[in-house]
Amino acid sequence: MDIDVKKVAMLSRIRLTDEEAAELGPQLANIIGYVEQLSAVDTEGVEPIAHPHDIAMPQRVDAVTNGNRRDALQAPAPKTESGLYVVPKVIE
Amino acid sequence: MPFSTLSEIKDRLDAGEATAVAVAKIYLDRIAAFNGDLNAFVDINPAHVLEQAEASDAYRAKHGARALEGLPIAVKDIFCTQDGPTQCCSNILKDFHAPYDAHVITRLKEAGAVLVGKTNMDEFAMGSSTETSAFGPCRNPWDIERIPGGSSGGSASAVAAALTPAALGTDTGGSIRQPASVCGITGLKPTYGRVSRRGIIAFASSLDQAGPMTRSVKDAAMIAAAISGHDSMDSTSVPDAPAIDWLGACDKTDMKGLRIGKPKEYFVDGMDTGVRAAMDTALAECEALGAEIVDISLPHTDAAVAAYYVIAPSEASANLSRYDAVRFGHRCDNPDDLTDMYTRSRDEGFGTEVKRRILTGTFALSSGYYDAYYIKAQQVRTLIRQDFIDAFKTIDVIATPTSPVTAFKLGEKTDDPLTMYLSDIFTIALNLAGLPGLSQPCGFVDGLPVGLQWIAPAWREDQILNAASAYESATDWVKAPVNFGGET
Amino acid sequence: MSWETVIGLEVHVQVNTKTKQFCGCSTEFGAEPNTQTCPVCLGMPGQLPVLNIEAARKSVLTGLAINADINLVSKFDRKNYFYPDLPKGYQITQFPLPIVERGYLDIPVKDGEKRIGITRIHMEEDAGKSMHEGLDGVSHIDLNRSGVPLMEIVSEPDMSCSDEAIAYLKQLHQLVCFLDVSGANMEKGQFRCDANVSVRRKGEPLGTRAELKNLNSFRFIKQAIEYEVNRQIELIEDGGEVVQETRLYDSVKGESRSMRSKEEAHDYRYFPEPDLPPLRFTQQEVDTIRAGIPELPGQLRKRFETEYGLSPYDADVLTQTRDLAAWYEALVAAHPADPKRCANWMANELLGRLKETGTDIAASPVSPQRLAGLLERIADNTISGKAAKDVLDAMMESDDDADAIIEAKGLKQVSDTGAIDAIITEIMDANPDQVAGYRAGKDKLLGFFVGQVMKASRGKANPGMVNQRLKELLKG
Repeated sequence: MDIDVKKVAMLSRIRLTDEEAAELGPQLANIIGYVEQLSAVDTEGVEPIAHPHDIAMPQRVDAVTNGNRRDALQAPAPKTESGLYVVPKVIE
Repeated sequence: MPFSTLSEIKDRLDAGEATAVAVAKIYLDRIAAFNGDLNAFVDINPAHVLEQAEASDAYRAKHGARALEGLPIAVKDIFCTQDGPTQCCSNILKDFHAPYDAHVITRLKEAGAVLVGKTNMDEFAMGSSTETSAFGPCRNPWDIERIPGGSSGGSASAVAAALTPAALGTDTGGSIRQPASVCGITGLKPTYGRVSRRGIIAFASSLDQAGPMTRSVKDAAMIAAAISGHDSMDSTSVPDAPAIDWLGACDKTDMKGLRIGKPKEYFVDGMDTGVRAAMDTALAECEALGAEIVDISLPHTDAAVAAYYVIAPSEASANLSRYDAVRFGHRCDNPDDLTDMYTRSRDEGFGTEVKRRILTGTFALSSGYYDAYYIKAQQVRTLIRQDFIDAFKTIDVIATPTSPVTAFKLGEKTDDPLTMYLSDIFTIALNLAGLPGLSQPCGFVDGLPVGLQWIAPAWREDQILNAASAYESATDWVKAPVNFGGET
Repeated sequence: MSWETVIGLEVHVQVNTKTKQFCGCSTEFGAEPNTQTCPVCLGMPGQLPVLNIEAARKSVLTGLAINADINLVSKFDRKNYFYPDLPKGYQITQFPLPIVERGYLDIPVKDGEKRIGITRIHMEEDAGKSMHEGLDGVSHIDLNRSGVPLMEIVSEPDMSCSDEAIAYLKQLHQLVCFLDVSGANMEKGQFRCDANVSVRRKGEPLGTRAELKNLNSFRFIKQAIEYEVNRQIELIEDGGEVVQETRLYDSVKGESRSMRSKEEAHDYRYFPEPDLPPLRFTQQEVDTIRAGIPELPGQLRKRFETEYGLSPYDADVLTQTRDLAAWYEALVAAHPADPKRCANWMANELLGRLKETGTDIAASPVSPQRLAGLLERIADNTISGKAAKDVLDAMMESDDDADAIIEAKGLKQVSDTGAIDAIITEIMDANPDQVAGYRAGKDKLLGFFVGQVMKASRGKANPGMVNQRLKELLKG
């Protein structure tokens, strides 16, 4: 399995140095190679499950429960200004 | 006292023979003495521990005791707490203070517990050895050259060395049971949906479940009773989960009428011979207690690890996208632009194993591979769940080794991720099926603990507790490590 | 060589619930930045979504109103991408199994109606807002909107010109307003449209499409589509090729540009949202929701035409909103004698006056009952239609009813035969030549006499009666 680890890293927004890519590439290929044994399992007609139990969606009533906690919630933020989160310019 | 069980301490507190403050001091002293060797705790605030203990003594004096009144309990660094930092042993959450408590933390506080501190873990719970922690590896009190298992290695190590009588861990693929096994303590992973996940930093949402790590089966039941129950703010917390009598289920002293399944896929050649022998002895003891051992088959066991290593990293890759340096968490210095902020902050913040899992998950979900990996893994998940449903038609519980090996040496498997992943080969399947499981000590090989794993149908933790308490009453495998004050 | 245009529309409709899709934060528009946020909609560690069931019900209601299939089991998925206004790094949406599928809307076109297929409606959460203007090298993020419930309504590529696209959007806009599932205020971003546009030569297979984003008014949507169609045709005619891309329309410059920066290596990696179980409705629950569907614009329009004899134009005007239709029916109830007169006065006179002041019908200073009082006076010939307009003007400014204003202004019409005859005799006496002329066969002179009589009565004489009496008396 040939994995374009740099592309996967970009999708994941993780910078990888060339050395890291060179190390992680084969490891990733090894892991993916291992999970490929799944293809040997006969799953014809088997329903995939995303949750271990077949449970119902809880129904939240449409009533406001949260007030303004901006100061407490922004305390862990790396950078804010006048109640706004600050990031490097978003280019559209 | 230090190696007492939680229920023994509770009895002494209730009898007025000790105070919460006195109990807290014993453990704080032990943490001060031994944490340097073990690195089991990554955050400890003795003054705050004593405050809680004082408040608990005052509460008891005024209102009487609640379920866990004055009992010290440590929690893995994955549980969000308003007090102190919650860092998930990752640099990306360095010095993060959560503005909320996890639901289970609220439950522990309401039950009167004294929260001791945060325990070491594999970064974001990704690992089986507690070596990927940003705070350095944790060590096994039975041999400090060895790993305490993972990812809840800090909790296991702390309980095994009696730095705390009990702790909470989380279990996504065995992260409570495997460290409990290799540290010689009891660890319970409840049925998925039994315990709220809110405020527990997510690794793999459809697999994660919190549970107790203790010195006895009854202790595990006491804590499970306190932390379980519906949470309307976790959509996967099951509202009508069948209630069980947690403590009542721990009174068993025999196994009369119990049908124990012994899956042939878990007793294969190549398993550590010492572990194999300990298992054979344990099962013989069960028979002597009146149980019937039934050979069963869980045919899709072999595919469980592969399915897990698609599903867990996939969910994790999305769960960890929120660490983007915008609202909380590490941000790199002087980012050139937005992409640089993202990629460099995440590069600096995440350790290698976490990156490996994110990349694996991103790859498995990416276009062109999704059906072959993710959908296929979910189909295999269905088959694995069905294996258990079929098996439980004729038996009450399943018994297996928790881990194929005892504690390995630090660094032994760090260079080979795949071998490390296979440490969880016996624990993973039941996370995929959402079932409860418990590991309890069942012997030693070369001075290292071996764990016996019990598995029950969904919501039947009582059946596990029946078996485990009977086994515990007939055996004596809960020991204290000599180097940490235990007797030989 | 003639060209065909193929247009499909994706409309994001903000559902008008009190709280967000997955947390109990308020959705109120215009709050101070980040004051309507919580750990859930900020995507903080360990926080979990819990679905707002009201948003789900409103999505079902919308689905029923477009004659669609309601999926009794639908599922949520994660759509993964990094953006500073997307806190979790994924959007919770519905991908393979949305709540609504296979519906349609019939839209008015030149020669009747055209059916536009609606592929699906799925529930999702909105992102926050990024602000760049006036900032040097940075952007500011406000997450008040993060997690606000949206329905994404995806049409089939069934529209073949910008007019059809606009007709569809107006129809859909009207529908969500009628259903009260959205405020649908375009300026507040509650009704946003992306357009997929492609062109092909007649008879050829579908061309490559471009996706136009950021279309927030009907006028801009029309302009953007027309600009895009021309751009693509010119491009192909010049030997170029349309590339599949997202384009941003700049309404100031009147042109669009490629958003290539957003395009690079997009791979949303959709997968089932493990934090949410499947959403289930029973058929009975769906039926209960169905019973709550109000009369929809098309049905109302037809009923107004048949029941009240309105012209298609008036029926259309009076069914634009639920409030308008209700107001009209209240007026008819208060003045049942002449529904057409009600329609004329409401559509032409009242709405015209409200429009001048930018007042909504719900806030009209004149109530249906007060307007009916005025219409009664027209019906019983107390005042002329012309005078009634003055009365309505006065009613807009005061709380007095029509009778009080007519009295105060002395606008009461003279309908007394004796009084009218007296004026006519006076006029005839003063104009003997014209009387002779009329009697000699100059019928046109009748107008002259009407004018003179009305003038002499200072406009208060009942014109119909004046006409009738003049003809009588002029005979001699």
